[in-house]
Amino acid sequence: MAELNMADAIKLALTQEMENDDGVIVLGEDVGVDGGVFRITEGLLDRYGERRVIDSPVAETALVGFSIGLALYGLKPVCEMQFSGFSYQGFHQMESHAARLRWRSRGRYSIPMVLRMPYGAGVHALEHHSESKEVLYAHIPGLKMVIPSTPRNARALMVSAIRDPDPVVVFEPKAIYRAFREEVPDDEETLPLGQSRTAREGGDLTMISYGAMLQRTLQAADQLAEEDGVETEVIDLLSLSPLDHERFAESARNTGRVVIVHEAHRSYGPAGEIMARLIEESFYYLEAPIRRVTGFDTIVPMFAREQAYLPDVERILDAARGVLND
Amino acid sequence: MPRKKVRLEHSVEYLSILDKNGKVDEKLIPKIDKDVLLQIHRTMLLSRHLDDRMLLLQRQGRIGTFAPAKGQEASQVGAMAALEMGDWFVPAFRETAAMLWRGIEPANLLLYNAGYNEGAEIPEDSHDLPIAIPVASQIPHAVGLAYAAGYRESDEIAITFFGDGATSEGDFHEALNFASVLKAPVIFLCQNNQWAISMPRGRQSESRTLAQKGLGYAIPSLQVDGNDVFAVYAAVQEAAERARAGDGPTMIECITYRMSVHTTADDPSKYRDEDEVKKWQELDPILRLQKYLKAKKQLSDKKIEALEKELEQQIDTAWEDTHKRIQELTDPLVMFDDVYAEPPASLQAQRQAYEQHLKCEG
Ligand SMILES: Cc1ncc(C[n+]2csc(CCOP(=O)(O)OP(=O)(O)O)c2C)c(N)n1
Ligand SMILES: [Mg+2]
Repeated sequence: MAELNMADAIKLALTQEMENDDGVIVLGEDVGVDGGVFRITEGLLDRYGERRVIDSPVAETALVGFSIGLALYGLKPVCEMQFSGFSYQGFHQMESHAARLRWRSRGRYSIPMVLRMPYGAGVHALEHHSESKEVLYAHIPGLKMVIPSTPRNARALMVSAIRDPDPVVVFEPKAIYRAFREEVPDDEETLPLGQSRTAREGGDLTMISYGAMLQRTLQAADQLAEEDGVETEVIDLLSLSPLDHERFAESARNTGRVVIVHEAHRSYGPAGEIMARLIEESFYYLEAPIRRVTGFDTIVPMFAREQAYLPDVERILDAARGVLND
Repeated sequence: MPRKKVRLEHSVEYLSILDKNGKVDEKLIPKIDKDVLLQIHRTMLLSRHLDDRMLLLQRQGRIGTFAPAKGQEASQVGAMAALEMGDWFVPAFRETAAMLWRGIEPANLLLYNAGYNEGAEIPEDSHDLPIAIPVASQIPHAVGLAYAAGYRESDEIAITFFGDGATSEGDFHEALNFASVLKAPVIFLCQNNQWAISMPRGRQSESRTLAQKGLGYAIPSLQVDGNDVFAVYAAVQEAAERARAGDGPTMIECITYRMSVHTTADDPSKYRDEDEVKKWQELDPILRLQKYLKAKKQLSDKKIEALEKELEQQIDTAWEDTHKRIQELTDPLVMFDDVYAEPPASLQAQRQAYEQHLKCEG
């Protein structure tokens, strides 16, 4: 057991999987000598050499397309996009091929690749470095899409993603890469992809979130307990695709009141899908309209105003109190 | 059905006019007005001082991440000075010196780097594009602008800046091919500064020159000494003449050096040797131009000292202005501006709800 931050926990997953399986190849821009711009792959080049840790030219279409080739051959590429905002040339390869090759070849080929990238606002970065567009990937049949929220689940999800036979997109919440530490077991640990968890128990209200916004959601839940005597259950999705709707549905049926929190834009954001599932399957249990606290339908502003864009505890409390009083 | 050779005669010209001691090849030196040349020098020096100041401000936590132009001033100012203000300027993210030549205020650059979208405001009559961060993504825009200018029978042309790393991206290759096929009046200015973050030029591409990538698309292409303001000016002037005459695009690879960090978020000691930086310091584009100007008696140490003082004052004032402006820019609701010409009702509603929320929070 060691107390690790999320960056080091992901590095642990990569190191252990490279150790376990010589088919695991790490590639991306600046992932070798530099150790990645967030230092997630630091040390891997020295340990495994440049045939397994590939510093690539600046070319995302080729990075992702090449990874697909490796995967077709049976290797397990773990490909880094430097920021999710620079993944769009690679997106074409993910949608047109990674997602479809199993289907297109009638099961002959599979694409056991991982596409990992930092996402989200809150680090005072430049334009394109703060987006949260997970729906672009979660929308694509054939892809899995997971977003960890703590060091321990980040490590376990990464291991599962690498071992999964299908392409998995991992969005890493860069705002909390080094925000806090957690005990992470030395021995290998996995988490089934498509399984959410209960991050806090409570019977009065259900809040659903994931990634970096989970921290603010938990903070709001604590405040509600203290100030309003309301006990909130917080569901941490961990996976957007597949979406584990059982757990949040069960909680919603119990509390009858739901708030969803994410930093992705509001329109067509993940909350829309979650609400649809609740309405389809749990409508008669709901005591109040569901509310969502999200990023706005604007471009993420430059960093002086990024906190205004992001859901904050105040906005979450507003929504929670609204749902409780409806 | 013979097996035969298709002979291609390709070579890349390399142009250098001003050596590191400030001596020039008088046959090659382009005609530049004395005042313009002094203006070029001033802008290069302003860019250098502004870079140094911004690095300091960033280290103090007063502005955010930015990409210094340090070392690349000749490639940028030399190129822009050879063009007309009506020509289209399509930058990447490291073009501080070029932007200053175009008249962008240091205060605006400071405001932008302090995290305010207002710093990117562009005057109505300007033909400058805003900073483009996704590598190589701006290159096709320049081709479109140039083609559009031709379509409207204007003699405006376009120039776009990008790095050595950018020549690995598909956007670069597609744009070059487009420009060649459509004979667009555009100049592709590659600042080969030897590094793409931690990736050295030698590992970015096995091509002996980057200029030859242009030749692959039948675009006249050459290398120039990018720390030699005269060579850059001459090459861009020639490319502009060709473009205006309807003869299509040119690619210019400026051999230069990123003398500073990739961005302020980067630590080059992880991947490059200080000795290399020292070697390039001897080729500093500003020192070379100063040596020339001093030999021509157009500049003296005393004048340089006075100019540096003046530029520092200009930057002091710019930072004071920026600071004042920041105090006034407290309204977060501007984040809803300029997303659409007419904000849709749902966005208006989000804005109003957030405004209400702010009022309640008081
Ligand atoms: C599409 C895309 N991928 C990755 C990045 C991250 N990134 C920013 S600059 C850079 C290197 C660019 O190198 P080069 O083109 O030589 O320009 P320089 O930074 O040297 O000016 C990278 C990989 C990006 N901005 N855009
Ligand atoms: Mg470069």
